[in-house]
Amino acid sequence: MDLSGAEIVVQALKDEGVEFIFGYPGGAVLHIYDALFGQEEVKHVLVRHEQGATHMADGYARATGKPGVVLATSGPGATNLVTGIATAYMDSSPLVVLTGQVPTPVIGSDAFQECDTVGITRPCVKHNFLVKDRHKLAETIKKAFYIATTGRPGPVLVDIPKDITDPKVKIPYHYPKTVHLRSYNPTVKGNPRQIRKAAELILEAKRPMIYSGGGVILGEASEELRELTRWLGFPITSTLMGLGAYPGTDRQFLGMLGMHGTYEANMAMHECDVLLAVGARFDDRVTGKLDEFCPYAKIIHIDVDPSSISKNVLVDIPIVGQAKPVLAELLVQLKASGRRPEAEALSAWWEQIERWRALDCLRYDRESSLIKPQYVVEQLWQVTRGKAYVTSDVGQHQMWVAQYYKFDYPRRWINSGGLGTMGFGLPAAIGVKLAFPEEDVVCVTGEASIQMCIQELSTALQYKTPIKIVNLNNRYMGMVRQWQEFTYESRYSHSYMDALPDFVKLAEAYGHVGMLIEKPQDVRPALEEAFSMKDKLVFLDFITDRTENVYPMVEAGKAQHQMRLPPWISPERELA
Amino acid sequence: MRHIISLLLENESGALSRVAGLFSARGYNIEALTVAPTEDPTVSRMTIVTRGDERVIEQITKQLNKLIDVIKVLDISEADHIERELMLVKVRAKDQEREEIKRLADIFRGRIIDVTASSYVIEMTGASPKLDAFLANLAKDWIIEVVRSGPTGILRGERGLHL
Ligand SMILES: Cc1cc2nc3c(=O)[nH]c(=O)nc-3n(C[C@H](O)[C@H](O)[C@H](O)COP(=O)(O)OP(=O)(O)OC[C@H]3O[C@@H](n4cnc5c(N)ncnc54)[C@H](O)[C@@H]3O)c2cc1C
Ligand SMILES: Cc1ncc(C[n+]2csc(CCOP(=O)(O)OP(=O)(O)O)c2C)c(N)n1
Ligand SMILES: [Mg+2]
Repeated sequence: MDLSGAEIVVQALKDEGVEFIFGYPGGAVLHIYDALFGQEEVKHVLVRHEQGATHMADGYARATGKPGVVLATSGPGATNLVTGIATAYMDSSPLVVLTGQVPTPVIGSDAFQECDTVGITRPCVKHNFLVKDRHKLAETIKKAFYIATTGRPGPVLVDIPKDITDPKVKIPYHYPKTVHLRSYNPTVKGNPRQIRKAAELILEAKRPMIYSGGGVILGEASEELRELTRWLGFPITSTLMGLGAYPGTDRQFLGMLGMHGTYEANMAMHECDVLLAVGARFDDRVTGKLDEFCPYAKIIHIDVDPSSISKNVLVDIPIVGQAKPVLAELLVQLKASGRRPEAEALSAWWEQIERWRALDCLRYDRESSLIKPQYVVEQLWQVTRGKAYVTSDVGQHQMWVAQYYKFDYPRRWINSGGLGTMGFGLPAAIGVKLAFPEEDVVCVTGEASIQMCIQELSTALQYKTPIKIVNLNNRYMGMVRQWQEFTYESRYSHSYMDALPDFVKLAEAYGHVGMLIEKPQDVRPALEEAFSMKDKLVFLDFITDRTENVYPMVEAGKAQHQMRLPPWISPERELA
Repeated sequence: MRHIISLLLENESGALSRVAGLFSARGYNIEALTVAPTEDPTVSRMTIVTRGDERVIEQITKQLNKLIDVIKVLDISEADHIERELMLVKVRAKDQEREEIKRLADIFRGRIIDVTASSYVIEMTGASPKLDAFLANLAKDWIIEVVRSGPTGILRGERGLHL
C-alpha cells in the first residue's frame, strides 16, 4: 500500500487503535487535516485552544489508561501545547503529541510559524522526535506510542515537517507490530531477593504503614494492592494522585496524607516503624520537612522508575519494577512464609490510630447559613453514589474533593498534582466524557481556575459532552488567599476575583444550562436536578463561604506531624 | 568528589542536548564533557566529569539512564580506570626560555609539534592533574593559548563499556 506522509499519519493512528484525536489546524498540518477529512475511524475533536487539546487527551488517558493523542500546527500551535505537555509529564500521563513543523529545507531560517518545538518541549517530555525522512515516519509514530505507554508513562512528541506529509509523494506503508529500542528496556518484574527481604521486614513490623501513590493506578495494580492490604490488615494512606486505588470508604484507609492530609494519616506516617511505599515519589507536598520524615521507619519502595527511588528520601529496600507484578509476588512470598503479621502489636497500633481518627479532623460547621464548600463535595459524593469521574482544577476546591469525595475506584479522580495546572479540569472532563459517555463526569472547579480554559465550553457543546461543572465560587483565589492569611498577615495581595462574569449567563451563552445556588438547603436539590439532565452540560455556580480554609495543613518548613488544624479542633484537649 | 561518567548513546542529533539539558535543568555541575562516535557509527561515547556527593552522583546516573537515547552509563571512577586528556599549549618561546620550556615539556613527556622563531606548540596527554601541574610550571606570561579536550577514560582489564 503506497501512502503519502499525511496518510501514513492517519493510517498509523488507525493501526494503533486510536479513537480520538484532539487538535487544532494550521498551515503546517494541513496535509494531515486533509487526510483526516471524510474518514470516521479516528474521530477528530476540534478544541478552542491547543492547551485544551492536551488536557482533553490527558483526561482521556487518565480515565482509560490508553494514550491520549494531540495534533497541532507549528509555532504558536506547538507553544500553546507546552503547559498541557508539562502537566502530563509531571503526572506521568501517556500522551502522543503530533506537531507540524515548517518544511525541512527552511528549518532554521526563522520561517513563518517556525519554532524549535523539539527544543522547547525537551525538558517536559519523556522523549521527542523530529522526523526528517518520510520512510521513518510510521516507525517513529510506533516508537512514540511504545515509549509513551511503557515503563513510567509520559508524553512523547513527534514533530513532522510539512514536506514529509506532502500528499504528492507516496511511499510503501508498513506499520511495525512491535519496536525494539536498544537504549530503552523498562523493568517489569522486581528482583525476587529484594521482594523476599521486603516480606521479612513487613512481617517484623509493629507499627506498619502503606503509602500508595499514582503509580498503582498507572500500573493497574489496584486489585493487587487491595488484596495485599487486606491480607496484612495494615493501615493504608494515599497521595493525591493515588486516590481510588484502595477504596476510600474502607476502614483500613486513613485518608490522604501530606500537606492537606488527614491527622490520622500524617500521624501514622510519622510514628510507623515500617513503611511500604508503592508507586509514590516522596513529593515535598507529602514529606514536609525532609529530615523529620518518618523518623522511626525502615522504608521499602516499589517503583518502576529507579530515579524515583532514594531521590528525596533514602530507602532501605528498593524494588524496581511494575507495581502489579511486584505486589502480586510480594503477597505470594508473604503467604508462602506461613507467617502472619504480629497480631498483638498490630491491634495496639490500630488502637492508637483509632484515637487519632476519633479527632475527626475533617469536621466543619454544618450549621452555617453560608454554603460550605466541603458540604457541596459531600453532597456531590452522595448524589453520584461515589461513582462519578471527577476532574478538578487547582486550589482549595481540589483539596476538598480529595478530602471529602471518597473515591472507591481507580482512574475516577483526575487532577493535576505535580504541575498544579489551573485550567486542567474542564477540558480533562470533556476528554473523560468522550471516553465514557454513559458515566457521570463532573468538573469541580473554582471561579479563577475555570476561566483559564473556559473557551472549551464551546467544544463541549459541539461534541455533546454533557458534563457537570461544580464551581465552588468563593470570589477568591482561595488557595492563594489562605497562604496570605497564614503567612502574610492577611495581606490579600491580588488574590481576589473582581469583575467576575455572570456564570449562569456565560453557560447559557455557550448553549448550556446555568444554575446559581446561594443557600445551603438548595445544594442537594440543585445537584439532583443537574444530574437528572442527562444530555445537558450544567454549570452549577455555588456561592460559598469565602473565608473557608483547607485543614489540616502542614505549613512550609514543618514536619508532617506538625499540622495546623482548624481553630475549632484541638488534639491536646480532645485526645488528652 | 570528582567522578568520571562514561556513556554510550545513540549517535543522533539532539542526544547531546538532552544530556546537557539534563545537567542544567537539575542543577548538576559539568566540569568537562567530551563526545565522539565509536567504532560503530550509530553509537557515540561520551565522558562527563562532574562533582557531587554519593546521592547526587547516584541521581545523575539514574537520570542519564532514563534518557531514551542513552544506552549505557558507567561511573568509571568507581573502578580501576585510566584517564587521559589531550592538551595543546601555545607558548611564547624566545632566547634562553626556549631551552627551559623544552626541558620542562620533556619532563612532562610533552612533544613540541610546531615551532616558530618566537613560539612553540606543545602537545601533551595525561591524566588531568598532570596537565594542571605542567601549566602550573609555566610562567604566566609564557602562555599564549591553552586548548584542552577534557578527560576521557577507560576501565583497566577486560571489563568494558560496550553494547
Ligand atoms: C494545591 C495542591 C496541593 C497538594 N497537596 C497534596 C497533599 O496534601 N498530599 C499529596 O499527596 N499530594 C498533594 N499534592 C500533589 C503533589 O504535588 C504530587 O503531585 C503528589 O503528591 C505526587 O503523587 P505520587 O507520589 O503518587 O506520584 P505520581 O506523580 O503519581 O508519580 C507516580 C510514581 O509512581 C511511579 N510509577 C509509575 N508507574 C508505575 C508502575 N506501573 N509501577 C510502579 N511505579 C510506577 C512513578 O515512577 C512515580 O515515581 C498537591 C498538589 C496541589 C496542586
Ligand atoms: C496556571 C496557574 N497559575 C497560577 C497558579 C497558582 N495558584 C494555585 S491555586 C490558585 C488559586 C485558584 O483559585 P480558584 O480557582 O478560585 O480556586 P480556590 O482555591 O478558590 O478553590 C492559584 C492562582 C496555578 N496553580 N496555576
Ligand atoms: Mg476561588
